[in-house]
Amino acid sequence: MKPAEAQIWDWLDAVPDPEIPVISVVDLGIVRGVAWEGDTLEVAVTPTYSGCPATSIISLDIETALHDRGIKDVRVKTQISPPWTTDWLSDKGRAKLIDYGIAPPRAAGGPECCPRCKSTNVTRISQFGSTPCKAQWRCADCLEPFDYFKCI
Amino acid sequence: MADVTQEQLFEFLCRMGDNTLVLGHRVSEWCGHAPVLEEDIALANTALDLIGQTQMWLGLAGEVEGKGRTADDIAMLRDVWDFRNVLLAEQPNGDFGQTMMRQFLFDAWHLAMLTALTKSTHEQIAAIAAKAVKEVQYHVERSGETVIGLGDGTSESHKRMQDALDLLWPYVGEMFVSDAIDDAMAAAGIAPDLADLRAQYDAHVTPVLAEATLMIPEGGFAHKGGKTGFQHTEHLGHLLTQMQWLQRAYPGATW
Ligand SMILES: [Zn+2]
Repeated sequence: MKPAEAQIWDWLDAVPDPEIPVISVVDLGIVRGVAWEGDTLEVAVTPTYSGCPATSIISLDIETALHDRGIKDVRVKTQISPPWTTDWLSDKGRAKLIDYGIAPPRAAGGPECCPRCKSTNVTRISQFGSTPCKAQWRCADCLEPFDYFKCI
Repeated sequence: MADVTQEQLFEFLCRMGDNTLVLGHRVSEWCGHAPVLEEDIALANTALDLIGQTQMWLGLAGEVEGKGRTADDIAMLRDVWDFRNVLLAEQPNGDFGQTMMRQFLFDAWHLAMLTALTKSTHEQIAAIAAKAVKEVQYHVERSGETVIGLGDGTSESHKRMQDALDLLWPYVGEMFVSDAIDDAMAAAGIAPDLADLRAQYDAHVTPVLAEATLMIPEGGFAHKGGKTGFQHTEHLGHLLTQMQWLQRAYPGATW
């Protein structure tokens, strides 16, 4: 019997993002669809950034996770349209990012506050960070630098 | 609406992909060498975006060509005469200021081009452009800010930025010159008329250079021949010996 799609979404929600392992690939909003094509399970994944080196690892992790659940035939396809947006980040994912010390994206283009001390006295160091999806900011109150998940 | 041939479409896609490939490789040469850590990271991220975009453009080029070539095959197994990037993209890094000037002059064109391509009648081209344009907005924001910061900086940084602009400005014109391929793309609604992008480009670039206290060189001379494949500068060959070193030394190597 083929597992229901809702079940598969639950399983995928346990696959961590390789760069930010506190959130899942579902939280990140990169799993765009799950559908049975005969006996093959097709999973549509969209890259965050076109050059993101984690993309191929993510596809592999998804295949492995579903094989472990007994699904033999998995096809992960890359879907670039519509392009990924940080609007697709789940609320659960946003809360986990803050706990992890990463300020979640905001339409205003900068973090609401320091993820550590919650001060709003923050300044940008660089629009680019340790991964394509992050920028570097710093807090002028607790003096710690922090990552901001930039809006795209 | 006019039709384009498969060869014309392949050529157009190589132009887009070779621009991002060659510039992406150039920018990656800074990895581990930039003046400060934040700039090193920013340059590496920019290079990564450009190389990611290359995979999409050249991947589609290979599909259109229909000979089974992958993006890697096209990137790594061609020689200078088959490359279709504009000459600006292959110019050497020079100092950090020269790199950032090259980046800004390209980014401003890239942004205008990709914005127009999001409305392409070719569905896959529109999809790639919609993905890439979001990344390029960040590129041009940073390169523009850096050009202003260094141009309107110390007398030394100002001088270097003016030198960079004098050196690179004659390479700007090539990005707006159309040939039969561009005309065919424009007639089919696949790509914009390049001349139409110029006003938008100038409206973006002129105020930034003014704020940077830099003077745009006079005269309309433009170095050309990169995107048509007529004649590249000697720099491209040197770049390819580095970029393609592995495939040249160990043909067909995989891992
Ligand atoms: Zn703080």
